[in-house]
Amino acid sequence: MDCNRVFVSKVKRLTIVFTLLIAFLSIKIDTFAQVDSAVVPVDSVVAESAHAASGEHGAEAGHGKEKFEPTKVIMEHIADSHMWHLWGHTSLPLPVILYTPAGLEVFSSAHFHHGEEDYKGTYNTYRLVEDHVKVIGANGQVDEATSVLDFSITKNVAAMFVAILVILIVFISVAGAYKKRVGKAPKGLQSLIEPIIVFVRDDIAKPNIGHKYNKFMPYLLTVFFFIWFNNLLGLVPIFPGGANVTGNIALTFVMALGTLIIVNINGNKYYWKHILLPDVPFWLWPLMVVVEVIGIISKPFALMVRLFANITAGHIIVLSLISLIFIFETLAIAPVSVAFVLFMDVLELLVAFLQAFIFTLLTALFIGMAVEEHH
Amino acid sequence: MVGSIAAIGAGLAVIGAGIGIGQVGGKAMEGIARQPEAASKIQTAMIIAAALIEGAALFGVVVALLGLNG
Repeated sequence: MDCNRVFVSKVKRLTIVFTLLIAFLSIKIDTFAQVDSAVVPVDSVVAESAHAASGEHGAEAGHGKEKFEPTKVIMEHIADSHMWHLWGHTSLPLPVILYTPAGLEVFSSAHFHHGEEDYKGTYNTYRLVEDHVKVIGANGQVDEATSVLDFSITKNVAAMFVAILVILIVFISVAGAYKKRVGKAPKGLQSLIEPIIVFVRDDIAKPNIGHKYNKFMPYLLTVFFFIWFNNLLGLVPIFPGGANVTGNIALTFVMALGTLIIVNINGNKYYWKHILLPDVPFWLWPLMVVVEVIGIISKPFALMVRLFANITAGHIIVLSLISLIFIFETLAIAPVSVAFVLFMDVLELLVAFLQAFIFTLLTALFIGMAVEEHH
Repeated sequence: MVGSIAAIGAGLAVIGAGIGIGQVGGKAMEGIARQPEAASKIQTAMIIAAALIEGAALFGVVVALLGLNG
């Protein structure tokens, strides 16, 4: 009997909770329109998509309801840009540096007014077409014939400078501490960084390169910390972070190129013999040489694509989960999507470290294969 | 239409990676259970193998993404 009473009260409670849930779900975004615009920029996780939100609200107020396109918004956020979006309609204009056939041209991207206006420079008129600076000819159309080299400080470059600044501050202070405290136990920031440096040396460099590891430690440490700090800054949704630096194929290309050059410069005669004169029957030789030469290129290529795709995929997943709120047009989905975003962000913390680790580990492995003595 | 086929391609690539990484992880765990003292070595080898498999899958995903634009 007693049990039965408990059961009945539980059912009652469940019914109430369920009714409340249904009621909450049926509330549409119209009711929350005012609250929504206030909430979105405050929530730090949602901040990255605040641009999308404010854009949508602006459209609603202005000229009817504009359809929300998640793919467009996501691609806008992971791509490089000439301005750094801060919140709402506020962006940080970044310098545009162009090398035109006539000469160098430097101006602020604020002159484009978010791509709505053309800017008349010293030599040409420029327009922002899908975040690319294009030259406008005399007839008002985009002039593809004039080739312009774009050396602008874009969002990714600026974010990279931030990361470099952070790395410099951390490592100059740590190096200073080592000079000052010779023979003493590490202290403060030093004791945070030391285990990671020792980890790179003992778990990445030593087992894979062998006794010649010392020469390659600077490169491995630089690569490791540069990727790691950039990955972590990319996860920060507010201003100095949020750029998709390591998820940019150009950056990963340069890093992989560094590995390619270091591996092949340090390759000893056994490494080159293995590639050019492998121990195979002579009729297999032409095939093997081709395969081995492709192998030289394909190893850094895989490094490049792996880092790029992992970090970009992480950003896309986070932005897609945020986009769910705007696809369903209800605030009720927000707790679910924020919870998932939080989960993904924690997972991305692991991925940020893992990708830096993998890149360094595989670089060490390739160097190890190149410098290995014959046995 | 192109978009949906690209999505199917990305999905197929992920299936392959899932099977591959599942195998690697499962076998590594078996190995660690048998020989707990070799855990760190097995872990490193596992991560390398998983990264290589993932690399192959990511090629698929990236090609699917490129196909989306074309």
